[in-house]
Amino acid sequence: MAYSKQVMDHYDNPRNVGKMNAEDSDVGTGMVGAPACGDVMRLQIKVSADGIIEDAKFKTYGCGSAIASSSLLTEWVKGRTLDEAAAIKNTELAEELALPPVKIHCSVLAEDAIKAAVKDIRDKRGA
Amino acid sequence: MKVPIYFDYAATTPVDPRVAQKMSECLLAEGNFGNPASRSHKFGWEAEEAVEIARRQVADLIHADPREIVWTSGATESDNLAIKGIAQFYKTRGKHIITSKIEHKAVLDTCRHLEREGFEVTYLEPNSEGIISPAQVDEAIREDTILVSIMHVNNEIGVINDIAAIGEVCRAKKVFFHVDAAQSAGKIEIDLETMKVDLMSFSGHKVYGPKGVGVLYVRRKPRVRLEAQMHGGGHERGMRSGTLATHQIVGMGEAFRIAKEEMAEEQKRLLALRTRLWEGLNDMEEVHVNGSFDHRSPGFLNVSFNFVEGESLIMSLSDLAVSSGSACTSASLEPSYVLRALGLNDEMAHSSLRFTVGRFTTEEDVDHAITQVRAAVDKLRELSPLWDMYKDGVDLDKIEWAAH
Repeated sequence: MAYSKQVMDHYDNPRNVGKMNAEDSDVGTGMVGAPACGDVMRLQIKVSADGIIEDAKFKTYGCGSAIASSSLLTEWVKGRTLDEAAAIKNTELAEELALPPVKIHCSVLAEDAIKAAVKDIRDKRGA
Repeated sequence: MKVPIYFDYAATTPVDPRVAQKMSECLLAEGNFGNPASRSHKFGWEAEEAVEIARRQVADLIHADPREIVWTSGATESDNLAIKGIAQFYKTRGKHIITSKIEHKAVLDTCRHLEREGFEVTYLEPNSEGIISPAQVDEAIREDTILVSIMHVNNEIGVINDIAAIGEVCRAKKVFFHVDAAQSAGKIEIDLETMKVDLMSFSGHKVYGPKGVGVLYVRRKPRVRLEAQMHGGGHERGMRSGTLATHQIVGMGEAFRIAKEEMAEEQKRLLALRTRLWEGLNDMEEVHVNGSFDHRSPGFLNVSFNFVEGESLIMSLSDLAVSSGSACTSASLEPSYVLRALGLNDEMAHSSLRFTVGRFTTEEDVDHAITQVRAAVDKLRELSPLWDMYKDGVDLDKIEWAAH
């Protein structure tokens, strides 16, 4: 399979790889997927008191498109509000990365990951 | 060193230059282009002679009689002809067939087809090493069993079955025995004088011959009869009609001649290369060989790199042409059915790479592969949440994953 230039760029130089302490009160964690399916994404966001995402980190087990989807997502969510981040659609990621139809599920997983991370921080803050 | 380096000799091999030379002599007007079935002129006679020389060359490698060699279009056709041919010819004797879960699709899909026609098929489960035991076959044979089909060397993991012993079981119970030997011919010894095999499938292109040609060995004593699957002209003693492709056949013959001549040396060389490769990788954490290490064709190494996904691994290995058991590289999204049948969980199957070395692989190639693989696995583990969790002592089997 040929990968798009955008996927290769994120794959070769993934942005914001890393891990935050999931116990911290200002960190929201979303872990989605399953090893058996060949994809696991862990997306973490650091959120200011007024609900702005200050930082984002990811680690992904999966194919190149899954790694690129999560890497791109971390770039997009930084500086956004939780509502804005949760509104990111998989189709936007897929379009930006020029994912072929068989890889659309990677972008869906990334959308699930940010939604899960937002939910986690909201649950923590009881909001 | 030319990149990408080819590590996929089990998928196909380049044609040996000596083979290409022989083939090219059977194409042009001034060459040996005749129809081997033309009995009335020199063009036909010469083509027939070339085909018969090739037939003997193939027979010689496997210790068979040339009259037991039937030309086909490849091992897939040979498997089809053997299994459907026996099933249809002997169906009044019984309708039960035994095979294994890790056969090539050419065997499995043919068996599925026969199930739809009213045959019953038992799919034996290999042990965790990928081996089918003679005792298992013995136990599975019933009154109405007509055929056992077990591969010699598995195409994904390279594990060798004890064909001689399984043959004894089948002969004792008077059941026909078919073996897919596409991966073993020219790699390990095949002696059909002593092995009690009734039918054996071969491919040209796995042995540095051309694609599009294969052989079905059909034993003469005791006699094996087949229902033809291709009709018209009655070529190959009625078992496989169709004008013989002289250039392809001559190529396969030459390839098998070279294989016979060089097999002993090549085995040693391939084994040394594979050992070098494995020794370059086996000190990494969580790296596992799939299938028996000892009962293995010399050119094969199938390895799982735990916590790394196969397709992304292949993406990082841009200098290497290897194959993966990962779902993402296939259309089906299912990881390798062979590795699953060995009892590997999906993650380990997704994390597997198959390296096959061959005639043109060098030590330098292997060393470059080791460097690339180590760097890629390190990089991807840095990216892998599963590796993090493993390092933190989390038991991944205890986590409830949301399967998608």
